[in-house]
Amino acid sequence: MRHLNILKGANGVATLVLDNADAPMNVISLDFTGEMEEAIASLTADESVKGVILSSAKPAFMAGADLKFLVGAYDQLTKRDHFEFSQRVSGMLRAIERSGKPWVAIIDGLALGGGLELALACHRRIAVDRPGTGVGLPEVNVGLLPGAGGTQRLLRIAGVKAALDLLLSGRQLGAKEALALKIIDEIVPADEAVSSAKAWLATNPDPVKPWDVKGAQAPQKLGILVPADAAHYSMAAAQVAKQAGYNQPAAAAILSTVYEGAQLPMDKALSVESKYFAQLLGSPVARNIIRTSFISRKAAEKGARRPAGVPKSKVSKVGVLGAGMMGAGIAYVSAKAGIEVVLLDRDVPTAEKGRQYSAKVTQKLIASGKMTEADAEAILARITATDDFAALEGCDMIVEAVFEDLAIKAETTAKAEAVIPESAVFGSNTSTLPISELAKASKRPDQFIGVHFFSPVDRMSLVEVIMGRQTSPETLAKALDFVAQLRKTPIVVNDSRGFYTSRVFQTMIHEGAAMLGEGVPPAVIENAAKAIGMPVGPLVLLDELSFDLPLMIVDQAIEQEGSKYLVPAGVQTLRRMRDEIGRGGRKAGGGFYEYLEGGKKQLWKGLSDHFPENDDWNIEDLKARFLYTQAIETVRCLEEGVLETKEDADLGSVYGWGFPLWTGGTISYIDTVGLPAFEREADRLAQLYGPRFSPPQSLRDRASKGTPFYAGAGQDETASEGRLASADS
Amino acid sequence: MTEAFIYDHVRTPRGRGREDGSLHEVTSVGLATQVLEAIRDRNELDTALLDDVILGSAQPVGEQGGVLARAAVLNAGYAQTVGGQQVNRFCASALDAVNLIAAQVMAGMIKGGIGGGVEAMSRTKLGYDSGPWAADPAITLSNHYAPQGIGADLIATLDGYTREDVDSYAIESQRRAAESWAEGRFGGAIVPVRDAIGEVLLDRDELIRPGTTLEQLAKLKPAFEGFGKAGFEAVVKDRYPQVEQLSYVHHGGNSSGIVDGSGVVLVGSEAFGKSAGLKPRAKIRSYASIGSEPTIMLTAPAAVTEKALSIAGMSKDDIDLFELNEAFASMMLRYMRTLDIPHDKINVNGGAIAMGHPMGATGAMILGTVLDELERRDLNTALVSLCAANGLGTATIIERV
Repeated sequence: MRHLNILKGANGVATLVLDNADAPMNVISLDFTGEMEEAIASLTADESVKGVILSSAKPAFMAGADLKFLVGAYDQLTKRDHFEFSQRVSGMLRAIERSGKPWVAIIDGLALGGGLELALACHRRIAVDRPGTGVGLPEVNVGLLPGAGGTQRLLRIAGVKAALDLLLSGRQLGAKEALALKIIDEIVPADEAVSSAKAWLATNPDPVKPWDVKGAQAPQKLGILVPADAAHYSMAAAQVAKQAGYNQPAAAAILSTVYEGAQLPMDKALSVESKYFAQLLGSPVARNIIRTSFISRKAAEKGARRPAGVPKSKVSKVGVLGAGMMGAGIAYVSAKAGIEVVLLDRDVPTAEKGRQYSAKVTQKLIASGKMTEADAEAILARITATDDFAALEGCDMIVEAVFEDLAIKAETTAKAEAVIPESAVFGSNTSTLPISELAKASKRPDQFIGVHFFSPVDRMSLVEVIMGRQTSPETLAKALDFVAQLRKTPIVVNDSRGFYTSRVFQTMIHEGAAMLGEGVPPAVIENAAKAIGMPVGPLVLLDELSFDLPLMIVDQAIEQEGSKYLVPAGVQTLRRMRDEIGRGGRKAGGGFYEYLEGGKKQLWKGLSDHFPENDDWNIEDLKARFLYTQAIETVRCLEEGVLETKEDADLGSVYGWGFPLWTGGTISYIDTVGLPAFEREADRLAQLYGPRFSPPQSLRDRASKGTPFYAGAGQDETASEGRLASADS
Repeated sequence: MTEAFIYDHVRTPRGRGREDGSLHEVTSVGLATQVLEAIRDRNELDTALLDDVILGSAQPVGEQGGVLARAAVLNAGYAQTVGGQQVNRFCASALDAVNLIAAQVMAGMIKGGIGGGVEAMSRTKLGYDSGPWAADPAITLSNHYAPQGIGADLIATLDGYTREDVDSYAIESQRRAAESWAEGRFGGAIVPVRDAIGEVLLDRDELIRPGTTLEQLAKLKPAFEGFGKAGFEAVVKDRYPQVEQLSYVHHGGNSSGIVDGSGVVLVGSEAFGKSAGLKPRAKIRSYASIGSEPTIMLTAPAAVTEKALSIAGMSKDDIDLFELNEAFASMMLRYMRTLDIPHDKINVNGGAIAMGHPMGATGAMILGTVLDELERRDLNTALVSLCAANGLGTATIIERV
């Protein structure tokens, strides 16, 4: 066996050690399952074996299932196949439970997902007392449910309420909380785990689970005859509506699996669990979530877009020019990654203010126990606040984050380049100005690149890396190495107005403003956006942004392109709001919202006087417009070469501006709808609402050829180059 | 078609539906038994003439389950040939029970029977019965289930009823109920409830608070905000995207009270009346039930009113008095606004906000109340309706003879 070791010891105690031969963590894969079935059968049959200790040779007990395998399953297998796969693993764990011999799991490190399910099938769970020990069933986060008995054993062990909490949140528990919920039975020091397991086995424990005792009438069998449980299902469903919305089938399926399984005998319950698992694995949502949030993201972080053949580089000193909100955030994440930072602004107090942002963030982390004082001090010590360009000497990397003005940026570039080494990469954090334009101020335009961070920098994982016309592959490689040092997720796009993220995000907020102009009530606009899973509505976003920024972008475009430029849908509404009504956004004292004392806000009551409301709206159309306008603009970005890969499109949309993850991203959404259906709907919307919805030619071509963006199973030409991360890393 | 006539009705007083309520010690079957005994005794009724007794309960589980009607029939000493049946249409159950007796009379399948209901809410507490509509997550999600109080607040939000609007309605209900009691208008229908040694436990509605003021009500905290914030606001917005923020205006003081009680109505054909030596008091002109949007839940009465009127070939102006169960103040205001019914023609003796709402029994009680009032005012027609959970509603039109 490659992934397992069986050691037979004294007194009939056998030890089964999980030791994945292919990766640093144990995962449930087809390979593993085959071996495990064999091992369980042989231990069960071996009369000399009286009890089994199950442990791991890896730093974690087991991390879960092989997600790469699961995402492939969507297109390749039927629901019956998914069901049978789940039943096979479930049956394997059931064989442990019903082996007639007591099994003890020693959890040293993490037992997550399939790992915890495996431990739950054992007759006793011993956790090793160390900070890294934890358990959880996080399947909901990837659009799935625990399909190997996790839902059923958890509800029978910890009760309906606790089970729903853990299954729906997917949160990880420390050993102590798990002990209180009976998920584990004992916490022991590392060096006592084995002896404790042996001591328990020596008591000849009864290897029959409570639910397998003949004639047992477990409390959960009463189902909703228990009023508290009935009320809890009701509330839990409402919480699902609030937190997951109506687009994510996993949470709803978990509720039903618990509700329906509770009253059934175990084998029947496990079969129902497998059916709901199959339903989820066969839905595009789980595929979308896993592919984008896991496979594509990991691939991007491991350098999917990094040019080959450039030696790996490392930034040891970064110069951050401009200590405003963005600069301060970039300085913090750089210092946190161990990089020495020179934070420069026009005077020392301004620069120091930016440096103090790091103090603020670290203080919060210390208060919540997530950072030590020493680490916080070290981070702060790495940041030098200055107004002296000479301090930039020796920087391998510059991130310029000064005011969005060509002249100011040009001057800053020249001053910095006078000092920094010739080898340094110059990155600009601009979100609106063309990189090639900015590069004109540089002595070394081939070393000039866009590194567009998102606010707040310490929480937003995306960095949009922008290639100028002259940017060299070597510069790109170095910039991506820097992003990797910061542990952020990069996408790589080509220079153009608004690059990718700002350009497509803009279509969403303009669509909202356009709707208001049409007479759609503002609450409906906000709720329609939230109904598709956007974190907040477009009117809130516009207020926060202030209307000057989107209008400035439009004005510049008109100036440069004239009549060629397709004016965004919401411009008229925004101009009226700002110029006629005098409400230019939150900073201007109010916009679509009015801001009350105590931090509360409400839609401005005067809106309906200026934008009379009507009842002609259809909520499904509004939802479609938000999704389609963004998806179609993304296709245009691909067509124009602003975007080079569909993975960049999906990652950028989800992590850049919160395009809903259930869709997988702007491009995955099109595949999810299906090309012909998407084209038809886009044509319909174009007819009703204007040419911005017209399907670009490349989309029509794809639709007529029937080639989705992702060719089956999420395994396409880029994936086959072997750049995909394995699931367990 | 045979006509169905109402010969009599009785009800218990409504006891506070808590452990300190005067009727708390009486079982549900005990309450039903006492009203069945009373309607027999005051009419000197030969119960062998009855074909069926149908009783509603909105929570027909535990001591209210198992076809309680049959147990009550036997316990009251009725002839054993009298049938028993249990119905549940949530809060409309008792009116449906009366309608079902009437329908069988009209169809010629029975001659006479008793319809009504019982709900001892202090004993079979809210939530003892749940069911798929409220507790099976697959159903509650697709059904967009939200508690009734959320529906009531949603009506207030959509229609723009303020806290003062709904509180003022509640105060008027209290005033009318107090006045009606003071003038003895309910006396003819009340069956005092007795204990095991024959002493009277309660002979008048216990929950009523005469003299309630706006200032007092203004102090009460909204009751359903917690539910809304916990997630039901999201449920509501998915169905009603025009809602920016729910306005939480309902509380215990402007919602129907939780009480114990039972009420029954004696219905039969003309021939039945003759055999029993009874004079008919009214006939049942029509009845109807309907389903409406389940999340807002409480707006079926207007639609079911139109439906019952249309079946009877009547218009709203043909109705002298309206009686609509006061589940919550906002649904009363919505009903009056939708159908353009003046407040002085509806619930003229107050309603459930003042006196309480024993869910599965209320339909029979308010049918009796409005019949007594028609007689007192010497008017002819009345329409009774109730909203019921999950968007249901039932209405009945009666006319004096």
